[in-house]
Amino acid sequence: MKGKTLSILTLFLILYIIFPFYWQISTSFKSPDEMFKKPPSIFPKSLYFRNYIEVFTSGRPFGRYILNSFIVSSSTTIASILIGSFAAYALSRSQFRGKNIFLGGILGLAMFPQIAILSPIFTIFRKLGLLNTYAALILPYTTFSLPLSIWILTNFFKDIPVEIEEAALIDGCTPLQVLRRVIAPLAAPGVFTCAILVFIYAWNEFLFALTLNTRDTMRTITVGITMFPGLYEIPWGTIFAASTLVTLPLIILVLLFQRKIIAGLTAGAVKG
Amino acid sequence: MGVARKKTYYYFILPSFLTILLLAVYPVFHCVYLSLHTIDLKLPHVGQVFVGIQNYRYLTGDGRMWRALSNTFLFTGGSVALELLLGLGIALLMHRRFRGRGLFRASVLVPWAIPTVVAGMMWAWIYHDQYGVFNYLLTKLGVVDGYIAWLGTTKTAMFSLILADVWKTTPFMALLLLAGLQMIPHELYEAAKIDGAGCFARFSRITLPLLRSTILVALLFRTMDAFRIFDLVFVLTHGGPGNSTETMSLYGYKYLFSYLEFGYGSALAVVTFLWVGLISTVYILVIRRIGR
Repeated sequence: MKGKTLSILTLFLILYIIFPFYWQISTSFKSPDEMFKKPPSIFPKSLYFRNYIEVFTSGRPFGRYILNSFIVSSSTTIASILIGSFAAYALSRSQFRGKNIFLGGILGLAMFPQIAILSPIFTIFRKLGLLNTYAALILPYTTFSLPLSIWILTNFFKDIPVEIEEAALIDGCTPLQVLRRVIAPLAAPGVFTCAILVFIYAWNEFLFALTLNTRDTMRTITVGITMFPGLYEIPWGTIFAASTLVTLPLIILVLLFQRKIIAGLTAGAVKG
Repeated sequence: MGVARKKTYYYFILPSFLTILLLAVYPVFHCVYLSLHTIDLKLPHVGQVFVGIQNYRYLTGDGRMWRALSNTFLFTGGSVALELLLGLGIALLMHRRFRGRGLFRASVLVPWAIPTVVAGMMWAWIYHDQYGVFNYLLTKLGVVDGYIAWLGTTKTAMFSLILADVWKTTPFMALLLLAGLQMIPHELYEAAKIDGAGCFARFSRITLPLLRSTILVALLFRTMDAFRIFDLVFVLTHGGPGNSTETMSLYGYKYLFSYLEFGYGSALAVVTFLWVGLISTVYILVIRRIGR
């Protein structure tokens, strides 16, 4: 009896969580006639692929948006992990003066309202000729993903026994060699988790992408999608076809690596 | 530990330190500097005119700013409170063993992974005043009499915004709380059961006290995240109708990039920053006191 209520409750929650997402996919396969019909049909009557064709032919460089997002997100991921892993290693291995201030700064950065640096970044980047370049997004994204990278990686580094490196140090390795030859291979799973989370963050970011890269060929996908609405009507079918194309890779990533993602998301937060 | 090795660790910190200094700390000061000027990008030949605290003086009498501030607080309070309740429920559910738990856990991650902009579009269609499935369901269930323009009236727009945000961000809350639940030793519950403690007593005497610090940390992160909300509002209502859903970030953005007034826009940004600083300091003080 108790198990039954629980199952019903769970089912209801799954519906609440999944339905809006399902609705987007379902709408993307509906013809205009079916979309604007009362009552709405839960399943599309037939699969209408015109919306998907329209995504690429409506005059917006959708392929380019995806390419831009991909370049920006992967560069951010690499930069963030590279810079972050050094800091994380030092944080996990030693006590040094200023460590707590640094940690406080990282925490502050995680809560930072991005609007507070929008005008200076825009002004400075304009002077440097950086607007409408990939670097314009990679630079702030790397900065704001550092707390995430440093937290996750510090936690993974902490789990690696110090004795292994002590031995390597006695054998005459420098800390840099220890990091590269001993720690890096052992921390690979942590680095992978970190990479997924940073990539998703960069892929989904909107405010900087909207304001710093305004040339259509330099827009990323999150901004690109908001450009589909025309002057007089909103092409819902096209928007949802585009949305589905953009979110599907993320959903697949999430389903494949859900354990790693959950571990990464909750790393540090619980331990304080 | 050798001095040389300790020095190496400083070099390890340096890249992160410099990145943060150049791209986050310095810009904040630059933002304060800009906020002390009148800068109209529509009139580039005028350039930057130093005006001291004039922008801030104007700000205290700016009704639209106060409206945006109270909207931001309303949105933050409403969505974070709902997320905590729902997130706690989901976490407690996920903590139990049942068939399909793996599926449930995976589905919880879906809203988290979807870009907020896309989630916004999705909800805009769900809330549609004529063809939205939300209206359809509610009329079918008899909750409302006729179709409502959820995003189009001042009474319902903020509520609709909060509901969409709760959908998108509860998973994060639930996962954090679940991680906290899993740290509570199982023996405590066993012992309490033997002592005859009921379901409710076990929850209020064991779960809640031991989960307290996790809840606070989760609240801290979600509050700061909700306070800077931009993309969801931008897509769903653009602050409307009649500025009833305009948040601080959106108002600042409009001054910067629609009105192109970088001086006053920067002042708005500085104020938002100060509020975030104030709220997070209060949180951290509370967390510290409880941790002791």
